[in-house]
Amino acid sequence: MKKVLNDPKDVVAEALLGIEAAHPDLRVDHAHRVVYRGDAPRRGKVGLVSGGGSGHEPLHGGFVGRGMLDAACAGEVFTSPTPDQVQTATALVDGGAGVLHVVKNYTGDVMNFEMAAELAAAESGTEVRAVVVDDDVAVRDSTWTAGRRGVGATVLLEKIAGAAAEEGRPLDEVERIARTVNSSSRSMGVALTSCTVPAVGHPTFDLPDDAMELGVGIHGEPGRERVPLAPARDIARMLLDPVLEDLPFESGTPVLAFVNGLGATPLLELYLLYHEVARILDDRGVPVARSLVGPYITSLDMAGASVTLLRVDDELLRLWDAPVVTPGLRWGA
Amino acid sequence: MAEAITTGDLAAWLREFARTVHEQRDQLTELDSAIGDADHGTNMDRGLAAAVAALDDAAPETAGALLKKVGTTLVSTVGGASGPLYGTLFLRMAVALGDDDAASAEQLAAALRAGLDGVAARGRAELGDKTMLDALAPAVDALDAALAGGAALGEALAAASDAAERGRDATTPLQARKGRASYLGERSIGHQDPGATSVALLVAAAATALG
Repeated sequence: MKKVLNDPKDVVAEALLGIEAAHPDLRVDHAHRVVYRGDAPRRGKVGLVSGGGSGHEPLHGGFVGRGMLDAACAGEVFTSPTPDQVQTATALVDGGAGVLHVVKNYTGDVMNFEMAAELAAAESGTEVRAVVVDDDVAVRDSTWTAGRRGVGATVLLEKIAGAAAEEGRPLDEVERIARTVNSSSRSMGVALTSCTVPAVGHPTFDLPDDAMELGVGIHGEPGRERVPLAPARDIARMLLDPVLEDLPFESGTPVLAFVNGLGATPLLELYLLYHEVARILDDRGVPVARSLVGPYITSLDMAGASVTLLRVDDELLRLWDAPVVTPGLRWGA
Repeated sequence: MAEAITTGDLAAWLREFARTVHEQRDQLTELDSAIGDADHGTNMDRGLAAAVAALDDAAPETAGALLKKVGTTLVSTVGGASGPLYGTLFLRMAVALGDDDAASAEQLAAALRAGLDGVAARGRAELGDKTMLDALAPAVDALDAALAGGAALGEALAAASDAAERGRDATTPLQARKGRASYLGERSIGHQDPGATSVALLVAAAATALG
């Protein structure tokens, strides 16, 4: 393992010190590992809180700021944050208008956020709602599994719901918009290499040089199948076909197309992949209203990419275009 | 009240559970690496060590306070899914036992039943999903049945421990329908569930410490 580290067990704590140093408009509660807006809590504004295991940066801490999250909790690498972390974040951003939790659909995350919401309601009377993100079409049958995993749609949801909260919309509205983003999004990813968890020191799974894992999860969970390494035009088709047919996305209905890097794949390759994705969408008559290309929900040092499509309407587009000022996304300010 | 269970007895149960989990940490992690994310042993060991340290720090005087302290410590130190599940188990038992400084065998059984219901609700799991419930539910049933049949506490807990171990063993041929193991689908068949394995240690520890 070659990584820029001091001691592997300090990786999350030391990265938070770096976030605090690099972004003076953010605050960090180091004891609870919460990144939050320097102007929190804002009176009368719905608080937007997310969090999860570390290793997916810039998600979630890099999306804290005006127009997006109010706070993010950092768990250990690939391990859910605990209820007391989430409860602390909730209290820090509670401006009296309620708090919305954005939770990726993993068993541990769902339970820890649920306990935090119960504690917050019991101890401070804060009204907490939760939206669980589950956009990964690689997991097929939700009745017989823990359900689809939350992946790329999380980024889009945090941006769009964040804009709604920033406008001063009430909790009901922010929750409704967040649910719309989740139900209108589908994603699929592919790994070319495994990631290596710092505290473990060796790759999470073995993947031969001439193979790729199609439908991989952002923690290196197994995908749908292992297939031979293919050119980008074929990768684009393998990722898009199951996404397109699942919602389904139909010709004439505009989408936001998001090509995400999983950590080690350079932007050069992501743009190359985006071109292939845009070409397929054009062939199918699916208009691309907005795009996002880059590493926004990563899996440590995994090489690979994911594609997310979000079906958009005027309201979602307007909220997407609204100003955002965070370390990870920044425009219109 | 020959069979009254004191707060000290409950502390001894927790310490015995922590001891056996520490002893079997690597086996628990190995089971978890087959179908999960290879951290059940390390996470439970870390959490239970913290719970024991919390009891060393200041021993609570009532059953409810002790179990609450254990539950909150586990929730904030174990992480993943096991933290909320074990935390819920102990927190529900705490509410059930309340502020008395001693409990009867029947009260202990009722508290375990409340904990079981809490775990099922928290995990939204059913019997046969290949989870800790598959060891905990038969153990609580066996405890109730033995006590209703007039068994002494020690005998009833031994029956509960046997039932937990049978439930644990019966998870091997099951296909996981909850948690990370469920992503493996049919590939989860043939592996013993790590959560059911640690539950069997919890019930065995009760038989040792309270029996």
